[in-house]
Amino acid sequence: MSVISLEALAKRYPKNGGGETTIFENLWLSVNKGEFVCIIGHSGCGKTTVLNSLAGLDRPTEGVIIVDEKEITGPGLDRAMIFQGHALLPWKTVMANVAFAVSSRWPKASRAEVESRAQKFIDLVGLTGSERKRPAELSGGMKQRVGIARALSIEPKIMLMDEPFSALDALTRGSLQDEVRRICRETGQTVVMITHDVDEAMYLADKVVMMTNGPGAMVAEIVQNPLPLDRDRTGMHKHPDYYALRNHLIDFLVSGSRTFRDNIPPGYDPRKPPVVRPAVAA
Amino acid sequence: MMTNNAGRSYVVTALIAFAFLLAWHIGVQTTSSGGPPLDPEYAKLMGATATTGKSPMPGPLDVGAKLAEHLSQPFYDKGPNDKGIGIQLAWSVLRVAMGYGLAVLVAIPLGFLIGMSPMMNRALDPFIQLLKPVSPLAWMPLALYTIKDSGKSAIFVIFICSIWPMLINTAFGVASVRKEWLNVARTLEVGPFRRAFTVILPAAAPTIVTGMRISIGIAWLVIVAAEMLVGGTGIGYFVWNEWNNLSITNVIIAILVIGVVGMILDQALARVGRAVTFPE
Repeated sequence: MSVISLEALAKRYPKNGGGETTIFENLWLSVNKGEFVCIIGHSGCGKTTVLNSLAGLDRPTEGVIIVDEKEITGPGLDRAMIFQGHALLPWKTVMANVAFAVSSRWPKASRAEVESRAQKFIDLVGLTGSERKRPAELSGGMKQRVGIARALSIEPKIMLMDEPFSALDALTRGSLQDEVRRICRETGQTVVMITHDVDEAMYLADKVVMMTNGPGAMVAEIVQNPLPLDRDRTGMHKHPDYYALRNHLIDFLVSGSRTFRDNIPPGYDPRKPPVVRPAVAA
Repeated sequence: MMTNNAGRSYVVTALIAFAFLLAWHIGVQTTSSGGPPLDPEYAKLMGATATTGKSPMPGPLDVGAKLAEHLSQPFYDKGPNDKGIGIQLAWSVLRVAMGYGLAVLVAIPLGFLIGMSPMMNRALDPFIQLLKPVSPLAWMPLALYTIKDSGKSAIFVIFICSIWPMLINTAFGVASVRKEWLNVARTLEVGPFRRAFTVILPAAAPTIVTGMRISIGIAWLVIVAAEMLVGGTGIGYFVWNEWNNLSITNVIIAILVIGVVGMILDQALARVGRAVTFPE
């Protein structure tokens, strides 16, 4: 049952001196409920545009986006965004930042209900005790935890993440990836995430969407993650399929993303990009 | 080290003040006039200045004594030309408060509108650019003619001079609210009013308060000149009246208290500014 369906999406910008630049066109993608999908591609392939269109912050030039059987026309509380730069309101405390989202979702809720709900999600991301701090007093990783708590607190149908951990150091990134994976598995959250980081995609994603270079980007293929669901970040490289997957993803990023356009495989249908499942040759 | 430096700066401030007062005191000392004897009629007319060679400029001790006199009795009222300096200051502060208050009520909502809409920004920009450089006193005759009340005209002049910095800063502050904060509000489906008060206003507040601080400074500069023109009451009128009385002592005292009040107004808004500033 697909909860997100992108249908024939295109984005074009007017070019300087006439004409148009097509970032991508005829892009189709569907995401099932509870799935964790990563979109990988080089800068300029339009993956941020795809995500912003899903969030309703940007509008595709053509095509429709269907979320839960309804076409979306703008931003909505059924989709929560985790921004690359955390985007916390710096004049509000941690509690107030999360409560701002909660009271937007349930405007009639009493102050006590809003705060207890916000508290629940602050606890969930491990920030108990920092409720009264302002973002400036928090480390980068803690700020992004607040961003995650804020997004989860409105119980979105879909969570959208735009390279949420790219600004963090490797250790913090790792622990936040663990946290996100744990929370999403516990709650069955549907997630679409943009990333540059192959290891991040391998650890988090159920499905990796491979986009070719822009302009004129397309979805080359969809990679099913062959690693077991209860994989752990530090031990997954021992899995027999690990290198098959990793090599597949890296090969694509190094060359496939560039050359795909020029030798499109026979039978390629943009409505149904091929699904592959890299694994050691049996 | 910090406190040490601060302590040193206080010492230097005190030394400079003392040196200034001393130079002033010596500069206005009696100079013996070794010239020929004066015509008694002329000497009578000119008073101590001519007869004993006393400088017409008051010294710091004269000013200090007079200031103590004013401060001991700031609110007396002996008719239109003889009121305590406290009453005169209160009038000026009241006029500034009214003109400035009106300007806040107009400039901040209007600045919001301009800041939110690039179209309105472009549409109103020529008017702002044209009116901003006009000396507020140039409005005075027009105000006197249309309002027909000198007191209200002074308030209008304060209004018109304090509106521009607040308008421009509010519009700029609102227009430059970070896009990602607005996107947070959009994804949370925050309505326009709630967005204005919970996202845009706090984000733009430091810039708005900076504009308010510039405005209060200008308003306090202009009120003195405006009251010299309209007369009747106020510290500006007091200065002009004392000039006509040839009381340089009182003029110097007026300069001092105008400075003190201006400083208090500025520091009050600086404090507001610190309260709304957020670290990032």
